Amino acid sequence: MSETAKTSGGLEQDRPDADAAAELARQAEAGPAGRAAAPDVTLPVLGFAGMLRWAWTQLTSMRTALFLLLLLAVAAVPGSLFPQRPANPAVVTQYLKDNPDTGPWLDKLQLFDVYSSVWFSAIYLLLFISLIGCVLPRAGHHWKAMRSQPPRTPRRLSRLPEYGALALAADSPVTASSAVEDAARLLKRRGYRVQVRGADTALPSVGAERGFLKETGNLIFHISLIGVLVSVAVGGLFGYRGQKIIVEGDSFVNTLVGYDNFSPGTNFSENQLEPFSLQLDKFEVVFDRESKTHYGQPLDFTAGMTTRDAAGAEPKQQTLKVNEPLSIGGANVYLVGNGYAPVVTVRDGDGNIAHQGPVVAVPTDGAYTSTLVLKVPDARPEQLGFVGLFLPTALENEQGVAFGSDPDPFNPRLYLNSYAGDLGLDEGEPKNVYVLDTAGLRVLNDRTQESGGIVLGPGETFTLPDGLGTISFDGLKRYVALDITADPGETGALVFSSLALAGLCASLFVGRRRVWVRAGTHPDGRTMVEWALLARGEDHRLAAEAAALRKLLEKEWLAGSARPADNGKNGGAGSAGATNS
Amino acid sequence: MPSIDETLGQYSELFILLAAMTFTVALIAFCWDLATASRTLQAVEDRLARQQVPAEAAVGAGRTGGGGAAEGAVETADESLEYAGQRRPAARIGVALSALGTLILAAGVISRGLAAHRVPWGNMYEFCTTGALVVAAVFLLALTRKDMRFLGSFVIGLVVIMLCAAAIAFPTPVAHLVPALQSYWLIIHVSVAVIASALFTLTFAMSVLQLLQARREATAMAGRPDRLAFLRVVPSALTLENVAYRINTVAFVLWTFTVMAGAIWAEKAWGRYWGWDTKEVWSFVIWVVYAGYLHARATRGWTGTRAAWLSIVGYLCVIFNFTIVNVFFSGLHSYSGL
Repeated sequence: MSETAKTSGGLEQDRPDADAAAELARQAEAGPAGRAAAPDVTLPVLGFAGMLRWAWTQLTSMRTALFLLLLLAVAAVPGSLFPQRPANPAVVTQYLKDNPDTGPWLDKLQLFDVYSSVWFSAIYLLLFISLIGCVLPRAGHHWKAMRSQPPRTPRRLSRLPEYGALALAADSPVTASSAVEDAARLLKRRGYRVQVRGADTALPSVGAERGFLKETGNLIFHISLIGVLVSVAVGGLFGYRGQKIIVEGDSFVNTLVGYDNFSPGTNFSENQLEPFSLQLDKFEVVFDRESKTHYGQPLDFTAGMTTRDAAGAEPKQQTLKVNEPLSIGGANVYLVGNGYAPVVTVRDGDGNIAHQGPVVAVPTDGAYTSTLVLKVPDARPEQLGFVGLFLPTALENEQGVAFGSDPDPFNPRLYLNSYAGDLGLDEGEPKNVYVLDTAGLRVLNDRTQESGGIVLGPGETFTLPDGLGTISFDGLKRYVALDITADPGETGALVFSSLALAGLCASLFVGRRRVWVRAGTHPDGRTMVEWALLARGEDHRLAAEAAALRKLLEKEWLAGSARPADNGKNGGAGSAGATNS
Repeated sequence: MPSIDETLGQYSELFILLAAMTFTVALIAFCWDLATASRTLQAVEDRLARQQVPAEAAVGAGRTGGGGAAEGAVETADESLEYAGQRRPAARIGVALSALGTLILAAGVISRGLAAHRVPWGNMYEFCTTGALVVAAVFLLALTRKDMRFLGSFVIGLVVIMLCAAAIAFPTPVAHLVPALQSYWLIIHVSVAVIASALFTLTFAMSVLQLLQARREATAMAGRPDRLAFLRVVPSALTLENVAYRINTVAFVLWTFTVMAGAIWAEKAWGRYWGWDTKEVWSFVIWVVYAGYLHARATRGWTGTRAAWLSIVGYLCVIFNFTIVNVFFSGLHSYSGL
């Protein structure tokens, strides 16, 4: 917001003070009695409407907008200092657990939901109201300005910031009125809007103005920001975002129950989910095997998928990679993670298969050292639980402690502790599948027990103590973690932010300028021309424009003819000034 | 994927070290220039003053300001920033060495890119070295048009800091990119971010000088002695403010584009264009602070010193976003290579 805001906003802001001043002046005139009573009545009585008016002018003033902007910057910072629920709910829960004293207070202050908090929302909503209050009147002014003629020619052009003059020899064919016509034509060609005044008088002049795009751009920028905000809101209302882990060979159908985790928008309805399906056929990874310093760093992840747009539709083979999402059924599918899923079979104490299939292990480092939790509620006579690590390439150090040394499965091993007892899954309360609460359970195997920890290589089976069953490591699969999202506000956000960028460029780099050219005839017969330029707003190229204009005019009138002696910048000015007076 | 050329990578590191040394000598030359140029100016003025005093006494006119350092007037460099006045050999050496350093640094950055078969801005080491190259190149480019040598010791000082940070704090051998960074948006988003940051670096130096110069001008108005004599070769606070504003407008547009391109890439990589990741938060903060700066320039009572402070705060946020956020904050932008 440039100088228009400065003046109009400033004046409006000063209005209450001006009223007070007027009141004081009135009282001063009323005499000593009035002055004596002044302390009681200097506060102007505004009334309710007046208060509203005052609040509105305050809110839409430039100073308030600036204050709100800086406040917004400060208010955004805590969101980077504290874990945020929308991004990391688990970290927030952990934070609350680790800080039982301060945590709840921080939570009350909404420091874990900064960007949807009351205070953050209040700041940006006030800022946008202030913006609207500033932009709407300016749009009105600008609309009028665009349809009006350039302002009248000032009487003394030499007082303006850029001034130039030329004197044309008496024998030149250029007369005062033709000079003004020429100047108007040249200025028009340079993109100015022109108006010739007093063509029949002795001192014809032309008024010209250009650079309306500057204010247009400014308005477009600010209005587009509202558009971006609305687009974000549309995404929040009608979008959705879900997570799904798919192990090689498994598939997923886009229904609410199909997701591991689902965050719908406020106005989301289940009908929005189109019944497409995805199957992970193969997941290939490439690790760096050449570099000495980055040995084992991932170079490529490629998921081969079979997709169907609907239940009975033709299957399609598609490739999903990082940075290359799949677009299907109005949603986008992103590859956001991957890992190993060891295939494990658990037989219970009765000899029945209580669990068989891949178990998703969560990688914790670059060597895919992965944590693994397996809950077997179907085991009899007692429920079984396993917690431990999966190492794709296990090595042991001197103390016999295993560590992962490579992300590829050169020597895959499972290191597990086992537990027996009530897993607490029967109460119907949802439990995190990646965490086993071992508090109420009996330890069957770990390193401190006589039975030792469970160590399994592929194809090996371990027999649990007390005849509670066996566990075997049958094979290894990979899995992908997918994000599936739909955001109907996305296109709007892109369009409006691009418009904002274009508007910003126009408002910062287009110069809004006014030019006046006046011509007259000197008593000695010479045609005197003078011109002046005025910038509205910041314009460091005004001097260059003045020079360009001088060049154009000289080329028009002096090309080929000898330059008159007094055509220097100062000499010309002097003689043209004489014409003026 | 073609193999990494490790030998070329080592040459690249050598080039960058050499460039750092060259820039260090250039920095010394620029500092020497600041220290001596003002002294030379002082000497010239004193001589002029001595010549003028008798003349003025003879005329008996009440002229003030003839001697330059007289009451209320403060000597600053010319507003037009054109090359003029007496020769400044130390500054010339500084510029020449900066040009040499820039060439060596360019060789280092380009050979790094060739060694890795990709753009050389994939980790902190590479942002620092490429960023330093852009800062130095933009500064030299500006020097071809205007006499901004007064900025030399600040800008080249920052270049030296960036190169030292790269070599000491973030050393990373040349390597392939992880899958998350394998996107053409890396080329667009990061290159524009580096250019914007380079421009913010220039305006930061100018805003600091502006504050110093404004203080010096106030001191001179109050008639107290001038303690910051080296600022004689620096233009007036108002000139600095205007030039910094012009550069900041360009940098702000580029930063806006950086944030937008980052959002588009985020949509491609993570399925959302904005998620308040720590890096996104700080990019937003930077954007808002510089937006505040642009508004401050159009608000009564906020131009001049206050606007300069906003520009400085904005740059501190840029530095914070690049160093602290990359190294100590967890987030999706964890690519520092550390």
